[in-house]
Amino acid sequence: MTPADIENPRGPRRARFGSSGLPRVMKRAAGFVFSLAITLFGLLLVTFLIARVVPLDPVLAVVGDRATQAQYEAAREAMGLDRPLPVQFVEYVGDVVTGDLGRSNLTSRPVTEDIRRAFPATLELATLATIIGVMLGIPAGVIGAVNQGRWPDHIIRVVGLLGYSMPVFWLGLVALLIFYGQLGWTAGPGRLDVSEQFTYELEVARRTGSVIIDSALSGAWDVFRNALAHVVLPAGVLGYFSMAYISRMTRSFMLEQLGQEYVTAARVKGVPEWRVVWVHALGNAMVPLITVIVLSYAGLLEGSVLTETVFAWPGLGLYITQALFAADFNAVLGGTLVIGAMFIVLNLLSDILYTIVDPRAR
Amino acid sequence: MSAPLLSVRDLTVTFDTRRGPFEAVRGVSFDVGRERVGIVGESGSGKSMTGRAILGLVRPPGRVGASRLTFDGTELPGLPERQMRTIRGRRISMVMQDPRYSLNPVMTVGRQIAEALRVHGRPSRAEIRKRSLDMLAEVQIRDPERVLTAYPHELSGGMGQRVMIAMMLVTQPELLIADEPTSALDVTVQLEVLRILDDLVRRRGMGLIFISHDLRLVSTFCDRVLVMYRGRIVEEIKASLLHQAQHPYTQGLLNCLPRIGGGHEALPTLQRQDAWNDA
Repeated sequence: MTPADIENPRGPRRARFGSSGLPRVMKRAAGFVFSLAITLFGLLLVTFLIARVVPLDPVLAVVGDRATQAQYEAAREAMGLDRPLPVQFVEYVGDVVTGDLGRSNLTSRPVTEDIRRAFPATLELATLATIIGVMLGIPAGVIGAVNQGRWPDHIIRVVGLLGYSMPVFWLGLVALLIFYGQLGWTAGPGRLDVSEQFTYELEVARRTGSVIIDSALSGAWDVFRNALAHVVLPAGVLGYFSMAYISRMTRSFMLEQLGQEYVTAARVKGVPEWRVVWVHALGNAMVPLITVIVLSYAGLLEGSVLTETVFAWPGLGLYITQALFAADFNAVLGGTLVIGAMFIVLNLLSDILYTIVDPRAR
Repeated sequence: MSAPLLSVRDLTVTFDTRRGPFEAVRGVSFDVGRERVGIVGESGSGKSMTGRAILGLVRPPGRVGASRLTFDGTELPGLPERQMRTIRGRRISMVMQDPRYSLNPVMTVGRQIAEALRVHGRPSRAEIRKRSLDMLAEVQIRDPERVLTAYPHELSGGMGQRVMIAMMLVTQPELLIADEPTSALDVTVQLEVLRILDDLVRRRGMGLIFISHDLRLVSTFCDRVLVMYRGRIVEEIKASLLHQAQHPYTQGLLNCLPRIGGGHEALPTLQRQDAWNDA
């Protein structure tokens, strides 16, 4: 045996059974918590400063134009806006750490409560849209890559291009007009019909905040069916955009992988072509695809303001936008914080998925 | 020489480019029995393309033509893909250049070897395991059990190439095409991998097509040498008689080799003449 045969120090045994296994996990967890804290702090600082710098007066938004100077000052003091900025910031961070995001001026409910209502709606919509995007986008991208330059590829690319170039609100309106207005196949805007809304409020236990899941868990099948009829259009529209993006990226990653030598090696072995494509090449294309899928999911979770507006979907995007127009800064800050936290969590998710798909990342 | 296993006549590989068709291989003819044939030539001479054309692995826009391309009496071009797959891997196999690229990075070695067995029959799990371990032992991997669960990036280059050889020979093919099997390896392990390959080929009585740019390597390793230049075979010669090569291109290749203990004068530049294009 020559020196080159001595296993390299990063060989499998050490990587898998080494004593460094547990501390490595803990090191990663600690790193995650640390980066979470730093990122959220930075996010808070920036959002806080922007909120204080914009020429919007939250006090005026509360007391109205006709308030006297004394009333104005009293409100300003009550909201704590008379104190120096650093003091305000420290106080705000202290509140956030204890889980208090303040009270919304618009809804006069605690912001945490508002978010607890709005976020599941966004989560539900974004998750469904991403599932649609992945289920359609990946096969479409693979088929496009395998048939590069032939008609299936052209069709998929045109469909994808339409998804890229059509404004989402327009597509949403057209979809509503056709499938709700003309054909009556789906339900209209909102999460539920008014009648079902009552049943939902009274009979369905809130477990997850997702109307679909909660109603199914409670066995309220009328509500469940109605919720599905409502979600299908916005999820379809967002899913279409997600599909357009995912299929395009899948196609380009697959073209790259199909040119690799291991693909030829698999063919040399006599592996059937479907297996070469869907197991060998796609297995490797999944590595960069994970980032694409997670990022697209994160983008949808930010709350697609336009879609939520067109479909009157009471999600986070709609909530933050309305709060912004009302100079309701507690709500804006709280919402931004949730989105930031979401991004970090999704980053962690993509790290975990990486290690599952790519042995080199372990 | 026994009856030829592989018979090639007037093999061409053509790529349609925007500037008209380009012929990478221009009418190559040779026979291979259960012997070791070397194909040498500089890069772009069409030697790799010849190997891939035999296996039916030239992808569009490449086109393969031949007046005869038979393996064990079966005409290969035009064979349905399903039947071609029973030959590919099962009866003709290929070892490729660089194990870093030719092994699937997200599959364990065990799964990749098992796959070669599975696509050509329905062996039991125990059988797959036994044959994989035996094969890894045959390519002199010390700890086959461990290597079976390893991923390609966890192997050194020499080990990776031995895994590649194991994966391609586990189905007991009759003809092996080795396409620059040691060019990507460290000099220290090149000879060792070659010895393993040579040993397996001899013991199993396989035919071997050894594709390389290294004339000296090929001459020590093969019975016969085909010298390719710009898509054609310009000379065919017994390896032992290589020093008597007639063709100026072959002589040029030989003169380019540095010699230990030789003088310090600059090596001659390889001469190329258009007149040889149709040799």
